[in-house]
Order: sequence, then structure tokens, then C-alpha cells
Amino acid sequence: MEAWFALLVSIFFTVAVYLLLSKSIIRVLLGVAILGNAVNLLIFTGGRLTRGVPPVVPGHQDALTGPAANALPQALILTAIVISFSFFAFLLVLAWRAYEVLQTDNTDEMRVAEPKDEPAPPLGY
Amino acid sequence: MDVAALTFLALALPFVGALVAPLLTRLLGHNAAWVLALFPAAIVLHFARFWPDVAKSEVVTGGYAWIPSFNVSFSWLIDGLSLTFVLLIAGIGMLIVLYSGGYLKGHPQQGRFFSFILMFMGSMLGLVVSDSFLMLFVFWELTSITSFLLIGFDHSREAARRAALQALVVTGGGGLFLLAGLLIIWNVSGVTQLSLLMAFGTEMRESPFYLAALILVLGGAFTKSAQFPFHFWLPNAMEAPTPVSAYLHSATMVKAGVYLLMRLNPVLGGTPEWQILLPLFGGATLVIGAALACRQTDLKLMLAYTTMASLGLLVMLTGLGFPHAIEAAALYLVAHSLFKGALFMVAGIIDHETGARDVTRLGGLGSAMPLTFVIALAAAFSMGGLFPFFGFIAKEEIYYALSGFDRRSVVFAAIAILGNALMFAVAFAVALKPFIGAKAETPKAAHEAPVLLWLGPALLAAKGLSAALLSGLTHELVSTPMASAISGEPRAVTMSVVPHVGVPLAMSTATALIGIVFYLKLDRLRGFIAAILADIGWGPDRGFDQLIRGLVRFSVGLTRRLQSGRLDVYMTATFILVACVLLVVPLTYGELPRAPFFAPDVPLHELAIMAIAVIGLVAVVLAPDRLTAIVSLGIQGFAVAVIFLLYGAPDLAFTQFMIETLSVVVLALVMTRLRLSPSDHRPLAQKVPDFAIALACGLGFGLMLLKTTGVPFDSTLTEFFNLYSKSIAHGANVVNVIIVDFRGTDTLGEIAVVMVTGLAILSLVRLRAGSLRRIADNDPDAEERA
Repeated sequence: MEAWFALLVSIFFTVAVYLLLSKSIIRVLLGVAILGNAVNLLIFTGGRLTRGVPPVVPGHQDALTGPAANALPQALILTAIVISFSFFAFLLVLAWRAYEVLQTDNTDEMRVAEPKDEPAPPLGY
Repeated sequence: MDVAALTFLALALPFVGALVAPLLTRLLGHNAAWVLALFPAAIVLHFARFWPDVAKSEVVTGGYAWIPSFNVSFSWLIDGLSLTFVLLIAGIGMLIVLYSGGYLKGHPQQGRFFSFILMFMGSMLGLVVSDSFLMLFVFWELTSITSFLLIGFDHSREAARRAALQALVVTGGGGLFLLAGLLIIWNVSGVTQLSLLMAFGTEMRESPFYLAALILVLGGAFTKSAQFPFHFWLPNAMEAPTPVSAYLHSATMVKAGVYLLMRLNPVLGGTPEWQILLPLFGGATLVIGAALACRQTDLKLMLAYTTMASLGLLVMLTGLGFPHAIEAAALYLVAHSLFKGALFMVAGIIDHETGARDVTRLGGLGSAMPLTFVIALAAAFSMGGLFPFFGFIAKEEIYYALSGFDRRSVVFAAIAILGNALMFAVAFAVALKPFIGAKAETPKAAHEAPVLLWLGPALLAAKGLSAALLSGLTHELVSTPMASAISGEPRAVTMSVVPHVGVPLAMSTATALIGIVFYLKLDRLRGFIAAILADIGWGPDRGFDQLIRGLVRFSVGLTRRLQSGRLDVYMTATFILVACVLLVVPLTYGELPRAPFFAPDVPLHELAIMAIAVIGLVAVVLAPDRLTAIVSLGIQGFAVAVIFLLYGAPDLAFTQFMIETLSVVVLALVMTRLRLSPSDHRPLAQKVPDFAIALACGLGFGLMLLKTTGVPFDSTLTEFFNLYSKSIAHGANVVNVIIVDFRGTDTLGEIAVVMVTGLAILSLVRLRAGSLRRIADNDPDAEERA
């Protein structure tokens, strides 16, 4: 089963990176969203796969002893999903404001911080 | 308190003084100098207690463990050499503090100046008493840094900034050489303390790393002590206020290099390399420095170049290896500190009281400033090596050491006579010319200096006389212990002030006579040297400018090349690196996973969900319009949520459903205001390499995952959580228990991140477009205009 997941993760990463390499800011954002899913699936598979049994302690027992899905990667991914969503939302609003101000969605033309033909620093002391 | 605690306190005292100096100056004005002078006075008193032991040529060590596991200690070593330096630093420092009180009277930053001077004093004291290598290095660099602050004190002038930076680069860079040298010495000898190192002289000299260690140590010493060709920073350092020039750049800091050579003489000295390199560089520095001094007309610059010459003489004497050369170096070092400190302060007085310090525009000040004149003459007599001042004793000892008849002695005797004669001429050009002759017009009407100004140089000049007249006592307390410490074996200095007929006296007389000739022909000599320098044209000073400019241009070019300002270039570079890390490493080390086994018995619905995810992904890439792209993004997100659901992670699935819904909604809201180009805007020539990089990254992550799942799983942590989530944390859902309990702090941090992001989004949304546009212009003036 892991092989299928490895294939799926590969496709996720390929698509995410391909979108991130774009110059259109919206495509980069889509890439960020997919990259989050790619990483989550990677961690999920890395913690091994177990079908159908969530890691919940049965009511009459004190500890979870039987076979169940790995709880640790799930906890990590839960955090990651939320963080990557807030990251995505922030970038989205930032891109929108940048578009409003600069009137472009092309990253090549967003050069406020590193302008073209910036004058050389002074050579004095 | 015991001696160790008191010594530690004494070493920390200048830094305490530096802390309170600005406050005191605010309260007392320039009279704070009287209070601040008590700090160095206390240090002198404390270290004087070591005198009886040191006079018997004993070594006092002490200190505290600092980082015992690394064998690093804060420890000091007090012998004839360091005690002499301590007394010079604290003693002259006290006079300099008083002098600064008068010199910078009314200066708005006088408190800061006192603070810097005291910090320097503390650094210099630490340097000369350091026993451990690390401490030596730290204080060495601290003197460079405080010197930087003092030279650049008048930071509104570009010349001062340049001089400060130059001094820092040259001496601080030299400090790094010293560090490397000390590391080699540590490696060879295995000790990290100077006092222990003295026993390893033979091992050091016979080590194959001797030459490397020597050259590195010399790199530190020569830059600090302004030896040719690293001398250029010293004259430029005259941009500093005169008290600084008198203190750092004649009496103390520049002698740190000489101190280091003297300190290491018993360990590294005596070899052919030592006896060639030191006299060679020292002799060259002596002659060049003295000749350059004759060319100058500015009082401070003349003195600066003679300082360079004197340092050359000291290095030369330290390296010669003749009998009595070490004694001569010890005597001359003390004599030089006394007379040069006094002369610098005299130059400062002239500058302060007349507003001019060009020797060609000064004259006839003797009647207006009789006291200064007397002080200047006394110092100049000592500098010229004339009877009965301490400089005379030093010069007699020098010539006594050089009065052999072998070829080496004769060559270096000739160099010494030439250099000393030139310095003789400069000494009197500084101390006699401005005071005699016709009265010259000066910017300010000349009058005698106030007590704060004349007290320091007067005491130094008087010391130059009394030390000579009481030569027996001086030798017993200072010269003999110092010479013994430098040479590493008992030496006795006996030279008295009473002239006795012999070769040395003849050489002294010759020096004085030649010096008088130089003095009388100084104008012609100046023109002659200026003409030579004009012919050469280039010098290391200009070379420094070229170096700095080249460095700036190089880094600008490099930065522009690396930081193109284009996001796709940065992204491409990042992901090429990611792909390389993921693929090259396993390929190189043969760590590829085994061929994957695609289990055929996968339930059909699982495969279908995966297929839907892939369809969603492909659709995002190929989406012709924004709505398709958004919906496709949602498809892959929901597919992932279903996968979580199928594999025992309902919590993840629900969160994912929620988040994906929100993402799609927010995206749809924003994207309706944004234009999404109908299709991928990239030309094919860029699509192909981009896709290749993406594919390599995807492949790399896939291989990594296969490799990871191919090794046995360590379930320790999972078992821990499964076992204890109910019994300890009282929760049945292990995932939830981990989030809110076992890793609760982490979750708190996560909540904070989400909250901050929310605030940032809120402020971005509510910012007015107008204000954003102004920031976008990147024009700070526009904001001021608004």
C-alpha cells in the first residue's frame, strides 16, 4: 500500500513545485496550498498506514493495546493543516493587496524591495 | 579581601569608571576629570603592592577558572614586563584623564569621551596582565575596538570615520592572525597560559609549525605596532582628539605589539628567523618612519611618524639577539612612553591655545607660554637622547648593545644612528621651533595653558628627568625586572646617567651632531623627501582605499548576481537544490529503496479516491479559468480528506474538510478581484525545465518515502501515547490528548500563530490603498511630505 501512497505523494509534490515555479502569483499560491497537502500525506504515510481503526481507547479499557492507526503523525498533521491554512490565507490577502497596489500579478514586476537598476552604494566612508 | 579578588577588582575598575563617567560629567562638567583620575590612581596603588616581589624578578600569577571544561581561565601574570606596562598604562592614563578634562572642556560629548578612554584603559590593562591565551586575544581585540571608538570620536568628519575604520581593519585583522598563531602555539605546546608556556621554548622552536606560528604572531604584532608596511593607519589615527593620540597612539596601545614580542621572546626568540625578520622590519620601520616624520609640518603628524620609528627601533632591538639589546629595548620603551606622551600633550596644548599646529606657521610662543616651552624642551631632550634625561640612558644602552665590530652590528648601528638623528631633528622641530623666532599670527591669541592641561606633560617630563637622576632606583624597580622578564633569564641593567667615555658616547655625540645638521636643514630635507614620495606616487594608505572600494564593488556585483530580485529565479534555485539533496545523496551512497511493490489487492474505492485527487491536481495546472482552478483545488483537498478518513484519521478528515471549504470560499472571494491568466503564461521553453525540476523533486520525495517505509518502524512514542493517554491524561481519543495535553504548549503556540496571522490579514485588508501606494514607491521623502 505504501508504494501507491509514494506515487501519490510524488504527484502532489510535482504539481506543487511546478506551480511554485510559475511567475503568476495566483499559481504560486495554489502551489503553496497543494504543497501543504503533499507534506501532510508524506508525514501520514511515513507513520505507516492502518485501515479503518482510529486511535481511540475503547470505553472499557485503560490503554489502547490493539492495532490502531498511528496517533502521533495525526497530531502533527492536525497542527500542520491549521498552520498551513493560516499561511495560505495570509499569502492570499498579501497577494491581493500587492495586486491592488502594483496592478500586476506577475512576480517579475513586483520589485519594490529589490528595484531594477538600484544605484550602487556610496564608496566613501 | 584577598589579593586575587582585589586584582580582579582592579582590572574591572576602569569599566566601572566608564559606566559612571557620563553621569559624573553631567554633574560636574569638565571637573569630573579629577574624580575619574582616582580610578587609575587606585589601580596604580593596587599594583604597586606587587613591586617588592617583582623587583626580585619573581612572577606573580593568579586568577579564576572561567570555562574549566575547555581549560579556559581568567588569569593574570605579573612580572617585570607586565608590571611596567601596568604602571605606564594606569599612570599615564591618570594624567591623560586630567588632560582630557581641560582639552575637551565644554565639549558636549566629554562624558562619552571619558567613558571610551576608561574602557580603553581597562582593555589595555587586561591585555598586558593576561596569562591565558583567550583573555589575551579578547583584550587585544578590545583595544582595537576602543581605539576605533576613540579615533572616530569626531564622527561627523569623514576623515575621522575613515581613520577609525582603517585602524580597526588593520589592527583587528592583525588580531585574527594572532588568534591563529596562538592556536598553533596551543596545539604544539598543549598549554593555554603564557606562564606555563615559558617551559616549552625548545619544543616551540624545534616544532615544524614554528615558522607558521611565528609569522602569524608577527602579523598580529606588526599591525598593532604599526610596522612598515602596516604603518599607514597610525598617522591617520591622528584624526582622534590629542589626548587619544598621546595615550593610545604613542604611549600604550601601539606598544601592545612590542609587548607581545617581548612576552614571547623567551619562547619564540633566538632563532635565525626571529633574528632576521624582526630587525629587518624594525629597521625599515625606523628609517622610513623617521624620514616620513621630517616631511610633515603638522605637529601631531610629525610625532606620529616618530612614534612609528620608535616602534621600529623597539622591534629591531627585541629581535637583534645581541647582549644588552633587550635591556636597551626595555629602557627605550619606558623612556619613549614618557617623552612621547609629554610631547603629544604639548602639541595638543599649542593646538588648543593657538588654534594652529602647523610648524611652519608657528613661532615665538616661548614668551606667551613659558611653562609649556620648558616642558617641551625637557621632553625633547629626552627624545633626542641628551644628558641628563632618561632618553640619554636608553640611547647609551642602545649604542652599547650595537657597539660590536662585526658586520651585523655595524649595519644596525648605522641604521640606529640615522633614525635617531632624524628623530632628534623632529624632536626639536616640535619642541623648539614653535617657541622661538619671530612671533607668528595664530587664529587664537596664545596664552599659557590651564593647570589641567599642563599638569600631565609636566609630570611626565619631570619623570623623565628624575628617572634618570635616580637611575639606580629606576633600574632596580623597573629596568632590571623588565629586562629579566623579556629575556627569560636574570639580567642586570646598570647604565647610569653619568657619561663615560667610550664607543657608545661617541655614537651618541655623532647622533646629536647629525641631528643638529638635519634640524638646520629641515626645510630642504622636507622638500627632498616629498619629491621622492611624489615619484613613488602609490602608498599603502591609498592601497587601503582601493581595497575597500574594490571590496564594496565586488560585494555589490556578487549581491546583484545572487539576488536578481526575481521570485522565480529564487524558487528555481531552491528547488534545484532540494532535488539535488533528495536524489544525489542516495545515488552517491547507493541508498536507493528497493523496487516498489504496488499491491494489487487495494480496494477499488481507494484507488478511485487517489485517482480523483490526481485529476484534481492535473486540473489545477491546466485550469483555463479561475473558477475551474478553485474547484479543482477543492477536489484534491477533499480527496485527501477522504483518504484520511479511510485510514483511521477522522479528526484529520474533519479538519481537512473544514479547511478546504474555507480555502475555496476565501479563494473564490479574493480571486474574483484578481485576474488569472487564461492559461499558463510560461513559454514552452520554460515549461519543460520547470516541469523537469518539479518531477525531480516529486521523484525525490517519493523515493525518500519508499526508503522510509522500507525500514522497520520504531513505535516507542506511539505506544507511550497509546498507553498513557487515558491513565494519565484521562482522554480516550489519543490524537486529541496529544494535541491538548502532551503537546499543549505547542498547540498554544499554534493558536498564537493563527491569531497573529488573523491580525495581519485584518490590518492588510483595512489598510487604505493610498497609504500602500506610497510605501510601494519606496520613497521616504514622500512620506515626510505627506
